[in-house]
Amino acid sequence: MTIPLADLVTILPEMIVVFAACVLLVLDPITPPSKKDWLAWMSLGALVVCFFITGATMNDRVFAFSDLVVVDAYASFWKLLLYLVSGLTILLSMTYLKEEGIDLAEFYGLILLSLTGMMVMVSGADLLVIYLGIELMSIPLYIMAGFKRFEARSIEASAKYFILGSFSSGILLYGISLLYGAAGSTRLADIAVAVDARGLEDPLVLIAMMLLIVGFGFKVAAVPFHMWTPDVYQGAPTSVTIFMAVASKAASFGAFLRVLLEAFGGVKPNWNGPILVICIGTLVLGNIVAVVQTNIKRMLAYSSIAHAGYALVGLVVVGWAGTEGAVASRGVSSVMLYLAIYSFMTLGAFSIVAILRRGGLEGEELEDFTGLSKRHKGAAFLMLLFMVSLAGIPPTAGFIAKLYLFMAAVDAGLAWLAVVGLVFAAVSAFFYLRVVMVMYMREPSATQEIETRLALTPTTTVVLACAVAGVVLLGIYPSPLISVTTFAAIPFR
Amino acid sequence: MTVPITHYMILSGLVFLIGVVGVLIRRNIIIILLSIELMLNATNINFVAFSSYLGNVAGQVFVFFALTVAAAEVAVGLAIIIALYRHHSSINVDDFQLLKW
Repeated sequence: MTIPLADLVTILPEMIVVFAACVLLVLDPITPPSKKDWLAWMSLGALVVCFFITGATMNDRVFAFSDLVVVDAYASFWKLLLYLVSGLTILLSMTYLKEEGIDLAEFYGLILLSLTGMMVMVSGADLLVIYLGIELMSIPLYIMAGFKRFEARSIEASAKYFILGSFSSGILLYGISLLYGAAGSTRLADIAVAVDARGLEDPLVLIAMMLLIVGFGFKVAAVPFHMWTPDVYQGAPTSVTIFMAVASKAASFGAFLRVLLEAFGGVKPNWNGPILVICIGTLVLGNIVAVVQTNIKRMLAYSSIAHAGYALVGLVVVGWAGTEGAVASRGVSSVMLYLAIYSFMTLGAFSIVAILRRGGLEGEELEDFTGLSKRHKGAAFLMLLFMVSLAGIPPTAGFIAKLYLFMAAVDAGLAWLAVVGLVFAAVSAFFYLRVVMVMYMREPSATQEIETRLALTPTTTVVLACAVAGVVLLGIYPSPLISVTTFAAIPFR
Repeated sequence: MTVPITHYMILSGLVFLIGVVGVLIRRNIIIILLSIELMLNATNINFVAFSSYLGNVAGQVFVFFALTVAAAEVAVGLAIIIALYRHHSSINVDDFQLLKW
């Protein structure tokens, strides 16, 4: 059996990233410690090449490997976002890992492998491929969460993530096996045909669908499958937390939407109810529990749960009875827009936590931010921007994301859901703006003046600049991103 | 005489449930890991049974992938458990309380 060259060309970006990861892992032991940064630059180079390849082929819609893999605008959109986020994570890690004393080059290899899994996930047209992608994404993440292996907290986060991650994969896989029984194939297209033929009432399909929703619910950290999120986000090294909170969530949403819409598009009434319940539960719990957190990383973890809830509003819009055509397509594109903007602001907020140092540690407690505006004006102002954007206040990008999402909800006749979202956006403003209040209105204690510093290097500056550019520019001039997401959402129309 | 497909589904359903309950109620992290393996193997029973029932090899191919992934996952999981044991001198999940709400 031979593999046609055309199929290999279709997955060229994935192959480049895997190849770079392998080369990096081989070169790592023979590279002198002073030259380790070159390995990070090499992985960034691979990402830049992939970015251009994917960007150039964005208009195509190509199936490869007998319909196992599809490369369409939808997959390409997520891939471009993932390259960007992974690249920024690598840039931040170049400084962060040195500060933490875990400066090992295999970190970059693991990031690239995990990225490959995410890319496979979003362009899988078959549940087997999507499952393999999820595992390839998760296994390096389990390792990276425990990267500070001398610190009990990090290992504990890693163990919790591993147990709950593989538990959810097991549930997902069981759902896939039932679907295989129902459809005789794991291709999304074949499953769609079988699901349509079996209709709304078929118990086998219903159980399989619920198991898949639970499995993906874990991956996107939606209530009630969110329990691992705060612990893991808090315990993991911050650059890994960024990667999990942004890249893995985006990729999971990408695959989740594709599976629900392509395989279960014919039975929308079946999944719309559960998704609506999960969405409202996530909005309520994420925003309310975040209010009582005193650790910034933990607070941002609950905030990331809450943002998953907002993104799910878009999914509810797609599945709502009577929405079709343009409005359903708006639902998909609003999820994509929301997650793209969410990526910039969450990345920025976590980056500030990562570079604010107290002694040899991270300044991750709320009190470390006391009077930050007196000590580090720039960092305090950036944190202010990210917090305002996360709360969804104009003129930042966070406002555009929420506006677009709630407009889609109103167009679908879900005005009440938009109101619920707005109420909880107001609740979230409380805990985001509390950080701002602590930074600007409290005096720092004398010891804090001496002890805290910013780990500002050229690379971290670039990361912060990109995050700020995303938050500000997309807030003022969002139409290019909106048109890209509208275009990329087309395959589901 | 052939065994009907529903028997296989009941068997795999039971094995899966034992696995889920094991993960939720057992406190020893090794047993939890084994329970997760049970869940994955329940899936494999399903795949092979459906594959033979439908006369379609795709399910058996899926089993190979699932087994390989499960092996990789266990390798990483055991390494994490060893690292955990070095910190806590315990493999009881109730002892891992550093990260709490």
